[in-house]
Parts: sequence; C-alpha cells; structure tokens
Amino acid sequence: MRYMLLICVDESVEVSAEESSAQPWVDEMQRRGVRRDGSRLRPVSDATTVRLQGGEVVLSDGPFAETKEQIAGYDVIECEDLDEALEIASKHPVATFGTIEVRPFWEE
Amino acid sequence: MTPDVEAAVADAFRTDWGRVVATVIRMTGDWDLAEECAQDAFAAALERWPRDGVPRRPGAWLTTAARNRALDRLRRAATEAAKLKERAVLWHTDEPDDDGDDGTVRDDRLRLIFTCCHPALPLEARVALTLRTLAGLTTAEIARAFLVPEPTMAKRLVRAKGKIRHAGIPYRVPPAHLLPERTDGVLAVLYLLFNEGYAATSGADLVRQELCAEAVRLARILTTLMPDEPEPLGLLALMLLQHARGAARVDDAGDVVTLEDQDRARWDTSEIDEGVGTLNAALRHDRAGPYQLQAAIAACHATAARAADTDWARIAQLYGRLAQLVPSAVVELNRAVAVAMAEGPAAGLKLVEALETSGALAGYHLLPATRADLLRRLNRSAEAAASYREALALAATDAERRYLARRLAEATGQG
Repeated sequence: MRYMLLICVDESVEVSAEESSAQPWVDEMQRRGVRRDGSRLRPVSDATTVRLQGGEVVLSDGPFAETKEQIAGYDVIECEDLDEALEIASKHPVATFGTIEVRPFWEE
Repeated sequence: MTPDVEAAVADAFRTDWGRVVATVIRMTGDWDLAEECAQDAFAAALERWPRDGVPRRPGAWLTTAARNRALDRLRRAATEAAKLKERAVLWHTDEPDDDGDDGTVRDDRLRLIFTCCHPALPLEARVALTLRTLAGLTTAEIARAFLVPEPTMAKRLVRAKGKIRHAGIPYRVPPAHLLPERTDGVLAVLYLLFNEGYAATSGADLVRQELCAEAVRLARILTTLMPDEPEPLGLLALMLLQHARGAARVDDAGDVVTLEDQDRARWDTSEIDEGVGTLNAALRHDRAGPYQLQAAIAACHATAARAADTDWARIAQLYGRLAQLVPSAVVELNRAVAVAMAEGPAAGLKLVEALETSGALAGYHLLPATRADLLRRLNRSAEAAASYREALALAATDAERRYLARRLAEATGQG
C-alpha cells in the first residue's frame, strides 16, 4: 500500500532545529526501504492559491484555508498495511509537536 | 417448519453468524459480499434443514454454504478469465478445513474482532461494525439501539467498511507488540456495548437488555479465543456480576433502586456464581488488570447477603488499586463512596471535596449527588438539599431525575 504522510505543524510554534530535524527518520526509513519520496515545503507565506471564477484565474496570497496547522512537508511511503504506516508516522519527529496525517493513495 | 428446526436455525444464527462472515471475509477480502453470502447461507438453512434434518455441525454447514455462494458469485462477476484464475488460486491455497472448530476458523473470528475494533476507525463505527458483522444485528436494529436514524447508521457502516478497504486496515490478529493495547481496545468496545444496554444515557428506557446479552456473548467468545489473557475473563466476570443485579435495579415504576435498597432475592444467583467463577479463573493468571479489579468490586457487592454485610474496606482498597492502574476521577469518586461506607461519611466527604476542587468532574451529576448523600448522612440537610438540586439539574435520564427529586424532597422535609 502507498500512503502520503502530510506533515502538519503550527508555524507560529518555535521548535529547535534539532527537535524538528527529520534527517535521522528519513535515513532510517530509506534503509528500511519504505520511503519513496518526500520533501519539506516552504512556509505558507510563500504559497499562492489558484482558482477559476467565471473563467477568470483568481490568485490569492497564502493558503486556501485559515487553519492553525499548515502542511510543512510530505513523505510518500510504501508499506504492508495501515498498522505499519501508523508505526512509521509515529516515529516522525514532527509527531511530537505537530500532527501527521496518513492518507492512502487512491488506487483502483 | 417444526419449532425444533426453527430454533436450531435461530441458535446457529446467534453462535455462527460471526464465524461464517469472518471466514468469507478472509477468503474474499470483501465485507459486503461476506455479509450477503452469510445471509444466503442462513436462508438456505431455513429451506434445507426442515427437509434434510439439522446437520451435525451447523456452523461448518453454514460456512461451506456461504463459501460456495461467494465462489459462485465471484465466478459470475469475474468476466475476465485471468481474474477468475487469480481468484481460484487464492481460493485453493486459502481453503480451510471444513471443521468449524479448527484453528483457522477460530483465528478468523479473532481477526474479525480486532479489525472491527481497529483504533483507526471512529469508536461509534467500531461498535456498529462489531454488532453488524460479529453479532449479526441488522442495521435497523443497531440504529434503534443507538437512537440514530437508520440511514445515519447505514452510512456509518458503509464508511467504516470503506475505510478498512481503502486505508489498508489489516485483517489479522495484531502482532505481539500491538496485542496488549489492541486487546484493551476490543474490551473497551464490548464494555461500551454492555453499558449502552445496561444504563441508557438518555431517554426513558433504562435497560436495553439485548445489547447487554450481545456484549456478554461476544466477551464469552473472546475468552475462548484468547484463553491465556486474564482481562477478557475479567470483563466477562464484570458483565455477568453487573447483569445479575439488572432486574433489581429498577422498580415496577421504572425508578432507580440503589444497591443498598435492592431486593437481593431478585439477583440472579446462577449468574453471580458464574461471574465469581470466571473472576477466579482470571485471577489465577496473577496479572491483575482494570476489568479484573472492577469485577472483584462487583463480586464484593454480589456476594454480600445483606447490604450491611458488604466488605466496604476491601472495596475501598480495590478502588485504590484501580486508581493506580487507571487514574480517573470517576474511580476516585467511587473510592470516596467506599471510604465513606467503611470509615464514615466525614472521611468520604473529604475525598469528594478534593475532587470538587480539582474540577475534574464538573458537570457530572453523580459528584453533587454523592456529596448530597454524604451531607444527608451527616445531618447537614440544607447543604444536602442544595447539592441534590445541583445534581438534579445535571442528571441525564428521567429515572435518575425522579430518584434525585425524591431524595431532595426528603432532605427538605417534604418526603
């Protein structure tokens, strides 16, 4: 099964670089052969939202929804089942101060 | 149809529905198909058993019938030869023995229980799925039991089954490192089921016995599937000991009768004996857990010939141990009641006041109700009345409100 881990954090909360470094987790999951892809994302201040209104492209600065937690990164993993995906997600450093949303890929 | 055959089918439904569904799910991975084929198998039994006689092993007969039905439907659905081939391979490598009591089939039911109670599903869906796939209740029955419209319940079940399929929730007994917490999760679902039946949290009817019976039955199955685990035994004992007092808990007018005032002749002694026996079997494992401790407390009550004979000192001690294992304000409140009985209302009141200061039980009607009761026993009527009023405003059921109103009337000298 393939899952997308959406790494969500509250950008206003200060976290030390050491606490938030995902490198050891990335290394471990690469070794295990379950991590396929992933990246950190620039903060929402660098985001642009696009939508069409009456055929016109409307752009706005920032994220679509004004929620407290924002997507700060993602990882694509491939593993046996949800139990394994949850175990992998629970080991991500952000799980201690943010949240990890585990989403299965839409597969026919 | 002869009543005998009818009873045999009804009996098989209660004992074998979950087993039949569990096996077909393992073979096909399709929950809806499994339910439909189980239904078809029972329909076939209603038709065939009156003619051919009740089979020696009804469960095995039904499982085979459901499996053949599933195979049939898959064959018809598989338009491509390749797909059929793939299914057929899956089929043969996985085919269990026909014996309904063999290990594979036993594991199937355990797999089903753990999957229905997977923590990635919302709690209400776990409860509904357990009732639907393991106990064989219809969607309409489950909806009625939980006081929600049938379409809401149907949607809940569809959503849960969809998540199991799409999110990759495994159909298996969890591995050793997950087993303890997942077992706790299963026990919590069964106990919730029991409590829903035992004390309706809203509305007029206090005892929805059907849910209690289902919870007891499922707990019994779990104890046979996990014979080395003491907590399932503890939960079964707890349910039996509580259920044994069910009939005496409410009077003819539907009002609550407190433990102290219950007619103990109306307690079900055979259920109490079974509960105590089950508890002892659990305690022999020498690994006490929350359900065993609660069952031990229930046993103290159930085995006291008169209310005055209750061993309150032991109950207070058991609540103390329970609070160490699972720190909870409700447990602490119960401990306060036991201490009040063992050492006097003043000692209990001290604990209740500490709880009030902590604010942990704000809005819970039993906190002011307990305080009121202790004040009443200390002859502090005016304060007692104030607390009864507070409890009355918070109580959730009509029966509880009537009980509290009676006590309030007594405290204000109008009783």
